[in-house]
Amino acid sequence: MSSTVISHGAAHHDAHDHHHETFLTKYIFSQDHKMIAKQFLITGIVMAVFAMVLSILFRIQLAWPEKDFPILEVFLGKWAEGGRMKPEFFLSLVTIHGTMMVFFVLTAGLSGTFSNLLIPYQLGARDMASPLMNMLSYWFFFVACVVMVASFFVESGPAAAGWTIYPPLSAVPTSIPGSGLGMTLWLVSMTLFIASQVLGGVNYVSTVLNMRTKGMDLWKMPLTIWAFFLTAIVGLLSFPVLVSAVVLLFFDRSVGTSFYLSDLVVQGQILPNEGGSPILFQHLFWFLGHPEVYIVVMPALGLTSEVISTNSRKPIFGYHAMVYSLVGITVLSFIVWGHHMFVTGMNPFLGGVFMITTLIIAVPSAVKAFNYIATLWRGNIRFTPAMMFAIGMVSFFVSGGLTGLYLGNAALDINLHDTYFVVAHFHLVMGSASIFGMLCGVYHWYPKMFGRMMDTKLGYFHFWLTFIGAYLVFFPMHFMGIDGVPRRYYAFTAFPFMEKWVSVNMLITWAAIIAGLAQVAFLWNFFSSIWRGKKATQNPWNANTLEWTTPVEHIHGNWPGEIPTVHRWPYDYSKPGHDTDFIPQDVPFSETMSSNLPHDFEGNEEAVRIQNEWNRANNREIIEG
Amino acid sequence: MDTTEYNTEELLQSRKAKKFNLWLGMIGMFMMFAALSSGFIVYTASGVDKGIKTILPVAFTYSTVVLLVSSLTLHFAYQAVKAEKFAKQRLFLLLTMVLGLVFFAIQLHAWHVFAGRGIYFVNNNASQSFIYVFTGLHLAHIIAGLIVLVRCYLGALKPIPFPDNQFRMNLAIIFWHFLDLLWIYIYVFLLLNQ
Repeated sequence: MSSTVISHGAAHHDAHDHHHETFLTKYIFSQDHKMIAKQFLITGIVMAVFAMVLSILFRIQLAWPEKDFPILEVFLGKWAEGGRMKPEFFLSLVTIHGTMMVFFVLTAGLSGTFSNLLIPYQLGARDMASPLMNMLSYWFFFVACVVMVASFFVESGPAAAGWTIYPPLSAVPTSIPGSGLGMTLWLVSMTLFIASQVLGGVNYVSTVLNMRTKGMDLWKMPLTIWAFFLTAIVGLLSFPVLVSAVVLLFFDRSVGTSFYLSDLVVQGQILPNEGGSPILFQHLFWFLGHPEVYIVVMPALGLTSEVISTNSRKPIFGYHAMVYSLVGITVLSFIVWGHHMFVTGMNPFLGGVFMITTLIIAVPSAVKAFNYIATLWRGNIRFTPAMMFAIGMVSFFVSGGLTGLYLGNAALDINLHDTYFVVAHFHLVMGSASIFGMLCGVYHWYPKMFGRMMDTKLGYFHFWLTFIGAYLVFFPMHFMGIDGVPRRYYAFTAFPFMEKWVSVNMLITWAAIIAGLAQVAFLWNFFSSIWRGKKATQNPWNANTLEWTTPVEHIHGNWPGEIPTVHRWPYDYSKPGHDTDFIPQDVPFSETMSSNLPHDFEGNEEAVRIQNEWNRANNREIIEG
Repeated sequence: MDTTEYNTEELLQSRKAKKFNLWLGMIGMFMMFAALSSGFIVYTASGVDKGIKTILPVAFTYSTVVLLVSSLTLHFAYQAVKAEKFAKQRLFLLLTMVLGLVFFAIQLHAWHVFAGRGIYFVNNNASQSFIYVFTGLHLAHIIAGLIVLVRCYLGALKPIPFPDNQFRMNLAIIFWHFLDLLWIYIYVFLLLNQ
């Protein structure tokens, strides 16, 4: 760094203290992390609604496979002639639902929103390391969304090879309609999306490592930041691998190479491609794909850690264990991808290795689950809507995580792979859990984002319907899976052994429709509160972290004066001897003499001496140095 | 640069972070090539009829030399800016860009040599297709590098304030050296597998 020289003196700055802000630079091409966070959130919510509508459409098909719904033809045209959905379109719905939910909602909508909002706020930074890259990150994401939605308007329909886009189905444009232009658009969209994630991730990592305020060492960071930080590292290392996979797939599709293709006959035509291996794609895809599920769930874990501790009015149980378990999950996430491929003819020894690494993940996951429960234990719990969603998240994480032990077992996976058991597993552990983590974050940090409060009653209403709905949707799927019902099948009536499950499908579909309608309460609450919500106070939840020391009105640079200095960890809740049940991170120990503990001083003898003197003068027990 | 409101310390911090961004970005880029390498290895191991099965053209040696020299000229440009000799900086920058273009041309020529031997991109031995993917993606990065150099050159021409100029050059030189090393990695990787 010796080569870097400062260009602008401090005096120079006062001259142009104000940015020239137009509508365009403030709301559209904003480089302010707070605005970008809101952009990510609202785009994410729009995508979530879109993807949810898709899921309800295919649920209708699954519940009433023999029935015509003329209204569907009104909206879907030739994809639902006579009111019955075409199988090709059903596959597109499943594919795009998965893609949008995993990538656009739970990756960009979750990480993008809360990393952008909280990393500078909670670390005490004026903004991200590179605001320009941050803006580009959002706009790449936005264009990716537009391209993906646009694929619904092409003649041959959107991509239909599943969100995992396995070749050869995805690599041969003539194989099914969805492998045509729709698949090309999928690839374009995903490439833009990866660019967005890499730009964003680079920024998050760099900001965490370089832009922390005075006193904010790594072990004083809130668990949210730890989670975002590790998530960004996972993304940075895994997304580029997907680029490689996608580039090769693109060449196979559009140029005629044979990376993934071999010995194919499509519609009576022998394809010229020889020597390729579709398994190669699976390896490359799952090297991203598995870390991706942790990219989805870790931010949710971080957000709930913070919310559960704040609303239990207790320090998080096992802060260090929480961090180390996140680190453990991060490392393990890169060496388990083979468990998605147990039945691809993998060498059983290699399968055994992947099985062991996979099952080890249960350890850090269980550490987290138990720590959440221990934090709640005998806490002075405030059941705010955010807290309800946080507890719901833990519930899904546990009930979905348990089935991971079955699926991670290479022998059991022979039976269970590609069945509804898998669908149930990941929809609970990463789908519902992450969505609940995200909603918990929205309810909790809404006052920080918009300066107003969301309606609590509507929040409870939203929570209970969604919580019960999600369990009713996904729990029965376990039984279908154990019975061997494969996922992604269009009509259960076509197979005698599956016919008995149609009635269960009706229950699931009704539950999905009701849970879907419950989201209207959320949308109403979210959007109307922007203008009509109760005005928020500066620190509505009596929380400790730095974002609550900023003014309610957003200003460029976050803090009007100097950035606060950090003196303590973020979890000093209900500390014995203190007159309030929270002590913000920027309160120095000299102001909390009545509650300081020996380990607060980290071996600083002078501080211990001063504390002991004070204790003697105030009849407080003398602490050991 | 967009740092008008920050005080000296915060500006320094933000520059450090930006430079760090570049390092992280390079890790990401490297991961992409690492994935291709592992893909190549897995694919090539899948049968005796796979593999590069040819001697790499001598053009790759020439292009390697050209790229190395371009790193050197960029280094001189950076030395020049540190010594505040801006005319010299522009000269060496220009030279680096020309060498970058020469590298580009030689790589395309190497593709031509492959095609002359009947080794095409569309190929049932995808190990040979991989050569094109490796070199092609590297060239895509070279284009990005050239854009970075053009931006430095325009900055030096304008001229932007000295510290900004120097910071820009600092980032450019790190990136260009990275592209250089990346190419050497690819070349050695292909040599070991030919």
